[in-house]
Amino acid sequence: MATKTSPDKKKTGKAADTTNGEPQAFKVIGTRPIRHDGVDKVTGRAIYGADVQMAGLVHGRILRSPHAHARIKAIDMSAAEKMPGVVAVVTGKDMPDLRDKMADLGEGTVNLAHLGANCLAHGKVLYKGQAVAAVAATSPHIAEEALKKIKVEYEPLPAVTWVLDAMKDDAPLLHDNVFTSEMGKLGKQPSNIAVHLHFEKGDVEKGFAEADVTIEREYKTASVHQGYIEPHVSTALWNHDCHLTIWTSTQGAFTARQQTAELLQIAISQVTVVPCEIGGGFGGKISVYLEPVAAILSRKCGRPVKMIMNRNEVFEGTGPTPGSFVRVKLGAKKDGRLVAGEAWLAYDAGAFPGGMIGPGCMCVFSCYDLPNARVDGYDVVLNKPKTAAYRAPGATQAAFACESVIDELAEKLGIDPIELRLKNAAREGTRRVDGPTYPRVGLVETLEAARNSDHWRSKLTGKNRGRGIACGYWFNIGLKSSAAANVNPDGTVTLVEGSTDIGGTRTSVAMQLAETLGIAAEDVHPQVGDTDSVGYTDVTGGSRVTFATGLAAYEVGLDIRRQMAARAAMLWECKPEEVTFADGVFRRGDKSTSFKELAGKMHQTGGAVVGRATVDPEGPSHGFGAHIADVEVDPDTGKVTVLRYTALQDAGRAIHPSYVEGQMQGGSVQGIGWALNEEYFYDDSGRMRNASYLDYRMPTAFDLPMIDTIIVEVPNPAHPYGVRGVGETPIVAPPAALAAAIYRAAGVRLRELPMAPHRVWTAKKMTNDEC
Amino acid sequence: MATVFIPPQMRDLTGGADRVAAAGATLREVLRALEAVHPGLAARVALGEGIAPGLAVSIDGAITARGLLAPVQPESEIHILPAIGGG
Repeated sequence: MATKTSPDKKKTGKAADTTNGEPQAFKVIGTRPIRHDGVDKVTGRAIYGADVQMAGLVHGRILRSPHAHARIKAIDMSAAEKMPGVVAVVTGKDMPDLRDKMADLGEGTVNLAHLGANCLAHGKVLYKGQAVAAVAATSPHIAEEALKKIKVEYEPLPAVTWVLDAMKDDAPLLHDNVFTSEMGKLGKQPSNIAVHLHFEKGDVEKGFAEADVTIEREYKTASVHQGYIEPHVSTALWNHDCHLTIWTSTQGAFTARQQTAELLQIAISQVTVVPCEIGGGFGGKISVYLEPVAAILSRKCGRPVKMIMNRNEVFEGTGPTPGSFVRVKLGAKKDGRLVAGEAWLAYDAGAFPGGMIGPGCMCVFSCYDLPNARVDGYDVVLNKPKTAAYRAPGATQAAFACESVIDELAEKLGIDPIELRLKNAAREGTRRVDGPTYPRVGLVETLEAARNSDHWRSKLTGKNRGRGIACGYWFNIGLKSSAAANVNPDGTVTLVEGSTDIGGTRTSVAMQLAETLGIAAEDVHPQVGDTDSVGYTDVTGGSRVTFATGLAAYEVGLDIRRQMAARAAMLWECKPEEVTFADGVFRRGDKSTSFKELAGKMHQTGGAVVGRATVDPEGPSHGFGAHIADVEVDPDTGKVTVLRYTALQDAGRAIHPSYVEGQMQGGSVQGIGWALNEEYFYDDSGRMRNASYLDYRMPTAFDLPMIDTIIVEVPNPAHPYGVRGVGETPIVAPPAALAAAIYRAAGVRLRELPMAPHRVWTAKKMTNDEC
Repeated sequence: MATVFIPPQMRDLTGGADRVAAAGATLREVLRALEAVHPGLAARVALGEGIAPGLAVSIDGAITARGLLAPVQPESEIHILPAIGGG
């Protein structure tokens, strides 16, 4: 089922479909209620990290490295410590020695020494902007001035900022204790190549030998930042009872708590993390930066310490997504059937190991049923900020390469690009190159919806204009979620869940509870709890919240229904199992009572009803999308204007279609920015030269048309309401879709991101000169 | 018996075999059975009570969160993969 939607559509009314073969008619799911936190957010009353105030608050600032690579020979803090108004100064020496300690953070394991050094350097700085020391003072201005009094003696070292350069034998070595890991087998010599992955399926040489057409191309992408509007902000209070409370902007209160406790080597029960409202994260607010630093400053001065990064610090001191080099080779028969694929990917991890090469390798051919394939991937450290997740981390770089080669194959074979993709599309039972097979997925339906869309069927006219299409994939993960709900005597329900709300998930989770209880979405009052108020919940990331925390809300609803049925049985003097529930009404024989009526009798029948659930769904929900782009290329300047853009995606089931559309639009816009403009510019000494929004060019509303959306619904069999994650897939396809459109508009194939005007103009000029 | 797919970079431990059969009701038991035949394999996949850092294990298409305690069926397909997160 495909639904063309537009952002101004208010309600779709009832949605009816089948999940797992069972007919389902929904009252709440598929509608568009006003978000529960909407009023607070549009009136400015919602509490973000910067709004946190308390008695005795002081302000922290961080001194950052001016060098991309240097040894720290000495730090003299004495002058800063003597400044009036300064209450604490700390360096990496104020943090525990964490050599060789690892911690499992739910989404993966981290090396604590690396994580700690990324918060405050130990002995060496590995990128410009790395934190070296921190000051707390009675005003942010005094703190800023005090930073200038800290004297750091550096021994500058050669730096490297391009991934292929960092892989060379004579490249400056960042770590003498990082050895190349090949699925756990370590190399013998220290290396900037932290990880080498290798996947293989079938007989690649035989596959290419059978191919009628083979295309091999190389692609480069620049580092780009997640670009969240709200900078990192944390306030920490190390109380006199040694309990640490942190108010912070984070994608995961529980992971922030664990990282902080592990870094400071204190008991996890000693830390409470209160997640504030969050002004965007996109993967960049999972790792801690300020939290442990604010904590040790507070411990030292005995006062609450608030730290806010400025935009420059966000760019230079927090994780962008990897810059990359990718080579893709595909072979096909004349009829368009793919017979072999080979990919070689090198992603930069930034200053510390642990980049996005794994998902890059696993996603590069994920849209296609390739009988023979080989993938090699390298995670490479270099003198740039430690990379962080960014919406489908690692997938966009890989898709830019693979989808661009697919487009070239379609042209060479004379086959429509959608038909070529449909012929080879991954579907239920397709085995990926990394091994697992897909369950029921919706790529075919998404491509068919693209083929039938008004956009694809419309004619694009005018000079210098072209249309492109590309596909994208992201796993979508499960992980742990908890929720609890109290039934109120007026029949409303207060829901506390552990997922910080970035994209409207309070509402999408509350709607699943409302659907399960047969009440209105507005009758559920959702809140995001702190780490002392709700059960363990993993990060808001991996497109998991509406899926996994929604599943927790569904289970909470079932728990409440069971308890309420027992209350009805008490009133009707029957056994609980004789009471049925449907459409918000409990029934036994000719007796019935609505959920609300029964809630009013709660205190007569035993007191409060509290539902709770914790879930840990293991299956990924596999999100596929297809994007269509129309562009016009200015032949004189190379500037690319996006004329029309349509994002299609299998959402499984759209709980709140507006939020699904919002994710599709937001992801598309970020992908367009990555494709056309965004880029970390580094000079020869490894310094970023455009660390502000004035110079780092993100798209604005003036640059873009309305992003049209088409939601495809192929219900996920692993969720009671059929939900798939939707947040990340939309960023994957835009660069390749735009590259294909630019080719048709200007006759040049761009293989390096961003496809900024100078690159388009230069490529076009070179083509013209050759002619 | 479950089928364990061996990634290319671990096939030095299985004599080049890309998949091996092993019995066990949990991942721990499967690895124990594998270790008896292919020494060194379990140490590459597991560390202590959990999966080794940087790795994940997929059982029948689902990345298990239960580590070595993950249940395994006789017909299960087990894959050793890099760990992934999300944004």
